[in-house]
Amino acid sequence: MSDKGIGASSKRREDVRFLSGNGKYTDDINVRGQKYVYFLRSDLAHGKINGIDTGEAASMPGVTGIFTGEDFAEVGGLPCGWQVTDRFGEAMKEPAHPVLAQGKVRHVGDPIAAVVADSLEQARDAAEAINVDMEELPAVIDMKSAVAGGTLVHDELETNLCYDWGFVEENKEAVDEAIKNAHHVTTLELVNNRLIPNAMEPRVAIGDYDASNDESTLYTTSQNPHVIRLLMGAFVLQIPEHKLRVVAPDVGGGFGSKIFHYAEEAFCTLAARKLRVPVKWTASRSEAFISDAHGRDHVTKIELALDGNGMFQAIRTDTYANMGAYLSTFSTSVPTWLHGTLMAGNYKTPLIYVNVKAVFTNTVPVDAYRGAGRPEATFQLERVIDKAARELGMDPIEIRRKNFIQKDEFPYATPVALEYDTGDYVATMDKLQEIADLDGFEARASESRKKGLLRGLGINCYIEACGIAPSNLVGMLGARAGLYESATVRVNATGSITVMTGCHSHGQGHETTFPQVIADMIGISEDQVHIQHGDTSNTPMGMGTYGSRSIAVGGAAMVRATEKIIAKAKKIAAHLMEASAEDIELKDGSFSVVGTDKSVGWGDVCLTAYVPHNYPLDQLEPGLEETAFYDPANFTFPAGAYACEVEVDPETGKVDICSFAATDDFGNVINPMVVDGQVHGGIAQGVGQALREHAVYNEDGQLVSGTYMDYSMPRADDLPSFVVDHSCQTPCTHNPLGVKGCGEAGAIGSPPAVVNAVLDALNKGGYNVSHIDMPLSPSRVWSAING
Amino acid sequence: MATVTMTVNGKSVSGEVEGRTLLSDFVRNNLNLTGTHIGCDTSQCGACVVHVNGKAVKSCTMFALEAEGSSVTTIEGMANPDGSLGTVQQAFQDNHGLQCGFCTPGMVMSAAALLEENPNPTETEIREYLEGNICRCTGYHNIVKSIQAAAAAA
Ligand code: FES
Ligand code: FES
Repeated sequence: MSDKGIGASSKRREDVRFLSGNGKYTDDINVRGQKYVYFLRSDLAHGKINGIDTGEAASMPGVTGIFTGEDFAEVGGLPCGWQVTDRFGEAMKEPAHPVLAQGKVRHVGDPIAAVVADSLEQARDAAEAINVDMEELPAVIDMKSAVAGGTLVHDELETNLCYDWGFVEENKEAVDEAIKNAHHVTTLELVNNRLIPNAMEPRVAIGDYDASNDESTLYTTSQNPHVIRLLMGAFVLQIPEHKLRVVAPDVGGGFGSKIFHYAEEAFCTLAARKLRVPVKWTASRSEAFISDAHGRDHVTKIELALDGNGMFQAIRTDTYANMGAYLSTFSTSVPTWLHGTLMAGNYKTPLIYVNVKAVFTNTVPVDAYRGAGRPEATFQLERVIDKAARELGMDPIEIRRKNFIQKDEFPYATPVALEYDTGDYVATMDKLQEIADLDGFEARASESRKKGLLRGLGINCYIEACGIAPSNLVGMLGARAGLYESATVRVNATGSITVMTGCHSHGQGHETTFPQVIADMIGISEDQVHIQHGDTSNTPMGMGTYGSRSIAVGGAAMVRATEKIIAKAKKIAAHLMEASAEDIELKDGSFSVVGTDKSVGWGDVCLTAYVPHNYPLDQLEPGLEETAFYDPANFTFPAGAYACEVEVDPETGKVDICSFAATDDFGNVINPMVVDGQVHGGIAQGVGQALREHAVYNEDGQLVSGTYMDYSMPRADDLPSFVVDHSCQTPCTHNPLGVKGCGEAGAIGSPPAVVNAVLDALNKGGYNVSHIDMPLSPSRVWSAING
Repeated sequence: MATVTMTVNGKSVSGEVEGRTLLSDFVRNNLNLTGTHIGCDTSQCGACVVHVNGKAVKSCTMFALEAEGSSVTTIEGMANPDGSLGTVQQAFQDNHGLQCGFCTPGMVMSAAALLEENPNPTETEIREYLEGNICRCTGYHNIVKSIQAAAAAA
């Protein structure tokens, strides 16, 4: 392992400010003269607004302005960034998504009005004095009843079905036929439980307007400030980019929930323009529960057809995917292109057909949450494989190994449109068996038995498509934007470097890891390189950070820009040494003429670029600054194998995670320490989904688990230490760093491992239970045992 | 409005507050010490932990007026006198005990209080002590490791 540059566990430089209390998060920003915003939100899941009387509220102390849907009638609604075409060639149903409710409220938390006042307390008091004449309508919560008809979330759509998507539609008949004639078919119906992302920093938006030059600034908790500028500027408020600056400073976690363009951002930006004062909104946690996009929420039936040897022959799935009340930014792509395309997993199943019905309900919009579609695909596939193994009396590891795509079969085209570039699933499984000490399982199980506990082992494999995304391809699939990334590398006169990137770090450590790459390429020290991100005014247009794309796409752009820098610097060095640029070699921060002892340092070349007294002005421009845009040729395909061991107490149904081991193939790794951390965090979120977390709506559409009292976040004493390994590396073949991305793996790979482990424990303990829906709470496990 | 006076990070401070002003808001808004974070409104997350008279306290559970005359330490007061990171802070950096950094001030303050009470905690004791601090990023693995390292370094 190297001690600097690529492959080094360099300590994170950003930690110094975070650890000393000097991080600058959005709520830490206060703009002189700012007013405070309080949103009056619907406490009904569905209702018709007959009238809003703001008269009394407007006269209350400190109130600067009150806004309702009417005030936003002339601006655009919040756009959806991905259009899905259904099985019949029709465009998805796309309802309006107003900034403030117009005519109707459609979920608990839907903003009805907003008060701007001198203090938050005054804004809240005034909001309470707003009189809303509302007629309660029946709420549509259950997806299957929503599709069946009756109450409509959006009357004008005449249906609650957003789309009925088939993939690959041409395969449908062949899949039906294969399943009809199969030796064995394993069927599983399951729920992928609805989650709330819960980044620890609640969302914040501050709008500011400078009338002297007609410029708006939005400070916001975002993973992608450029995307917000584009969506809000072009589609909602019609403010051109050069008059709109979006700043996302330090952001306290995102996990997908801070990708989307939210109503509060548009509100604060427009209110600041209208009122000519800065306005600030900070979500309370309770508000976050009903206004941040939720995740998952699929109801699925999956069928796996196998031959007599346990070889997979066909897969057919039927999924209902909850969209909530409106289409959030990426919502429509999650159950389709981020889910259906992953149904091959790590296996050679020749025939696959995926059907997804996306459904409107009176709940908070659902969108990408760590893994986004890939956890849903992995969960159903890996659960049905485990069930099939049990039905056929096969070992769960053996059945997987038998069906793996083999190392020499890459690149491998799946029947669901992806081409995996590299992988070695046998190697990751071998490694897992070693690091998880699977041979020692029986001995550990007998120790558990002595304590009256049932021990189980859960195995799981996953693949994900990351590094999103090839713009051409996603354009054909319905994306309304390109998904390239860009970087500007500015070499300063004395040789230090500033990199400006459209990616955004909200925990990933870019300020440390990106410099590792540049330091390696040039041979200077990492602390000579500074990363600038999070502000549209001083970074090039980029699509932001999600989908494990930063190093694979943003890092690749940075490499391309640095290559341009090096090429130009070589020309300058050649001039200084009176040699030809082709003969110049850059090593350890020094340029030399091959085959001679002539050399010139990095610093001298940089200074020459900026003080061009001795410079080939007739051939080269002075200066040393380059920009590159990188559009990936394909997705990247991280993959791995996970093992979880649990103890189940049959008396109470309580599940304890005894150990968790993960082997991941992320291709090349820039900073192993940071990568380990990403996997740890992902596993914790996946274990949370498997055992604890659940956003529960009652039939009236009230969010029952709306605080940390009811929504059970995993805490330190719920989890073990993890064993993680990423030494199996099959580098990506189509990006310059050979990296695949590591941000989502843990959250994708862990839920099925946990559930498989619990079912293994129960079945080995003599309880014939074929499935329990997540979260596997003590009461659900107990009921399954005693059912 | 009433005046409250206390010692914060070794300095005597005072400010005008309402009866309902929380200590967390006083620290953030009146003193501009924004290292103390607000992650919830139900006293569950621990992002706001500070020390009051040497004890770890969730500053969102206490009114500023209740801290009258107390000695309060926030994350900004945890560095060594020369400004370098203190032992617990340094252990967090060395062991990648933080990612987004939002829970971190509360984690460091809780960890420091734990080590004060129990200089050599076991992994189980650390995990149990952190029951009131939620981290969404790290899975706690490296937080536990950081605290063990801080204990070993002290
Ligand atoms: S803000 Fe104090 S416990 Fe969450
Ligand atoms: S480091 Fe992000 S919440 Fe703990």
